[in-house]
Amino acid sequence: MIEFLFDYTTLRLIWWILLGVLLIAFAVTDGFDMGVGVLLPFVAKTDIERRVAINTVGPVWEGNQVWFILGGGAIFAAWPALYAMSFSGFYLAMFLVLFALILRPVGFKYRSKRDSQRWRNNWDWALFIGGAVPALIFGVAIGNVLQGVPFHFTDDLRPIYEGNLFGLLNPLAIFCGLVSVAMLVMHGAAWLAFKADGVVGERAAAIGPKAALLAAVLFALGGVFIFLGWFGGYEVTSPIVWDGPSNPLRKTVAENAGAWLRNFQNMPLLWLVPLLGILLPLVAAAGFRARKAGLTFFASQLSIVCIIATVGLAMFPIILPSSTNPGHSLAVFDASSSRATLRNMLFATAIFLPLILLYTAWVYRVLWGKVSEKDIHDADHAY
Amino acid sequence: MTDPLLVELSRLQFALTAMYHFLFVPLTLGLSIMIAMMETVYVMTERTIWRDMTKFWGVLFGINFALGVATGITMEFQFGMNWAFYSHYVGDVFGAPLAIEGLMAFFLEATFVGLFFFGWEKLSARAHLAVTWLVALGTNFSALWILIANGWMQNPVGAAFNTDTMRMEVTDFIAVLFNPVAQAKFVHTVSAGYVCGATFVLGISAFYMLRGRHIELAKRSFVIAAAFGTASALSVIVLGDESGYEITDNQKMKLAAMEAMWETEPAPASFTAIGIPDMQDKTTHFAIRIPWVMGLIGTRSIDKQIPGIFELVERAEKRIRDGIPAYDALEQLKADRNNAAARASFDATRADLGYALLLKRYVADPRQATEEQIKQAAWDTVPTVPAIFFTFRIMVACGFLLLAVFLTSLWYTMREAPAPRWLFRMALFAMPLPWIAVEVGWFVAEFGRQPWVIEGVLPTFLATSQLGISDLIITILGFTLVYGTLAVIEVRLMLAAIAKGPATEHAEISRSATLVPAE
Repeated sequence: MIEFLFDYTTLRLIWWILLGVLLIAFAVTDGFDMGVGVLLPFVAKTDIERRVAINTVGPVWEGNQVWFILGGGAIFAAWPALYAMSFSGFYLAMFLVLFALILRPVGFKYRSKRDSQRWRNNWDWALFIGGAVPALIFGVAIGNVLQGVPFHFTDDLRPIYEGNLFGLLNPLAIFCGLVSVAMLVMHGAAWLAFKADGVVGERAAAIGPKAALLAAVLFALGGVFIFLGWFGGYEVTSPIVWDGPSNPLRKTVAENAGAWLRNFQNMPLLWLVPLLGILLPLVAAAGFRARKAGLTFFASQLSIVCIIATVGLAMFPIILPSSTNPGHSLAVFDASSSRATLRNMLFATAIFLPLILLYTAWVYRVLWGKVSEKDIHDADHAY
Repeated sequence: MTDPLLVELSRLQFALTAMYHFLFVPLTLGLSIMIAMMETVYVMTERTIWRDMTKFWGVLFGINFALGVATGITMEFQFGMNWAFYSHYVGDVFGAPLAIEGLMAFFLEATFVGLFFFGWEKLSARAHLAVTWLVALGTNFSALWILIANGWMQNPVGAAFNTDTMRMEVTDFIAVLFNPVAQAKFVHTVSAGYVCGATFVLGISAFYMLRGRHIELAKRSFVIAAAFGTASALSVIVLGDESGYEITDNQKMKLAAMEAMWETEPAPASFTAIGIPDMQDKTTHFAIRIPWVMGLIGTRSIDKQIPGIFELVERAEKRIRDGIPAYDALEQLKADRNNAAARASFDATRADLGYALLLKRYVADPRQATEEQIKQAAWDTVPTVPAIFFTFRIMVACGFLLLAVFLTSLWYTMREAPAPRWLFRMALFAMPLPWIAVEVGWFVAEFGRQPWVIEGVLPTFLATSQLGISDLIITILGFTLVYGTLAVIEVRLMLAAIAKGPATEHAEISRSATLVPAE
């Protein structure tokens, strides 16, 4: 029984799922931090209101961001070709993400260290950028991945990217960026409605339904674009060797506008995932109105799970399609690391992931309860 | 062939961002442990001064930690962004320790660091202490995994080239984990971090002692820093990572370059204390040699020989010649992967494949290399000797100076008589030393690794992404601008926090400058 876990095919499938789990965990946890950053100028007007909003995420954002760092490390270890191709290809976009993310740790930590209003306003903008820019660019990246990215490999598997930053900023990709922003603003609002006392929480609960509605509509619209074939699609046309060596030059892939629907047609049960991706934001919107903050946040989390999972399921087994050399696309069966590495990493994950979930849950429990203006006044360590 | 300017710019950016990152990391390593020790005393004795010390140094820790995290994000993604071929070529081995670092270490420290600051009222004293120790543990585990990754670049054990996937793949993960170079580097680097933390606490405490402010806090901090610093400085020096220098040809070359040792000498070799190494004439001018010492340091014996640069270049030349058949076999396997003869030939020669790749600097196909090019490539395995020679001496000098500072401080902490003011001035002025030492130390380790990015496996000039020069210029300027601005802000906040001092003021029990706490 246990043997079956460790054959190459299974390991690759597990690591494809774990890739999704990590990206989703990042969006579900750090996503509300980014949403709060984007909402900061809108839900909090005075300095003390801003501090309430910031301190709802203050003690936890750092741990949340590790999902992103871990995502990077895990892609490096389990999908090295993907790590090499995507980050060098999206070079300047990635630089913008890093630039924005670098602002956050210092923004949180340094903002309230000085009493100057100008100083604090500047850091509030930094936190806004630190939330908005990554939220937008991650969506734009997904939009480009869905359409195919211009790259190929040389015969010694040197990754060569053929596009540029402006090619990334096409209308469909920006549309996906907006889906991402709407989704994370909904999530940030749900968190604030849940965690922030007083006027900040109320303003968040008022903005939340609009963001949730927008997320549902845009995501549904994205589905329509897929049906219309605007995003294109790719499918593997040669026989798949699931446990073959990771060499992306040994298959053929065809561009086919209907391909991103194929998995759903073959397995109709999967339709539930995108369907819930539309319905759950609506549940969240209703939750905001009904003042059920816990339910709203839960619905918002599940919305993100379904929206991101939809993309993965549509593309499976392809991970990163090449628009210029479709045969060089990266797929689950030819872009992973070796069987030994996938197995070793699975051991490490099996030990540490449950521990991480356990102590993260404990930290959230210790910090349970709403953050109020009084808390800020009382604590000398508050951000 | 890759544009040499692109390679140089990629190296420059990595060096800038890594060295900048490492301004903050060692302080995090050392300070986290010292804070945990202070809080332990608080929990054991229930004296509130120790809690206030924990909180005060915690504020400075937090300011530093934020930039460590901010600049660390860059590191995790930069391999893929700037070193795409590297990432593909060795990701199967090198990626795993980075991922495990996230799983085991960074998650731990980042999750609990929030509670360290926000948990004082929400947790019992013991629970908070546990949180603080977990943060310290996390930062130290983090260093372990990063140095396992780095150690593999210096000594790539437990992996082999797979001709089907055109990359290095792991064959023995345990060997990667217990790589002797990685172990030596871990102990050396972490100890250096402790020295940074101790010097920081010692210097700022000395500043307060000189000003006659926060005496009770400063005194206790000074004592802890002196003791912890002495132990750490001894550990850095005694467990210097020279123990790893016998292992590979490149490590031997690095050792020879550090010591500007051109010729192999009969054991035990003499040590060139100072001199001017000359790459043109391949000799060291004005050398002052101390007999025996080099052999003793380098081999911990009197009978083992240390190879000099000339001998190592000869070995490299041989390995380049042996590598060409491996390259040839690989090309045949690319054309026909069922070619059994080529596979057999590759298996016999693959250990030297990386050496054949050195020729790609001069010729697209190493099989076409001329005699002249082979000799040139062999000499490429020598790093820039004067740079390594002098930076190594700066590092060692800083190390011994710091040991002297700590020993003197420790001596006065054990005496009843008042400590002299020059002691505190010395401690204050010693503050930059550990940072100089760690930065030049990394320079010796990584610049000394050239021309390899992975020792004997992959030359640096082949490892970059195919980016435009303009891309690199944009990001180098961007990082310089952002990092420069943040450095200014960080130092100002740090100075403001030091000027402000601890949140709670303690009645100054004694105004005398004796370092024995009055309690």
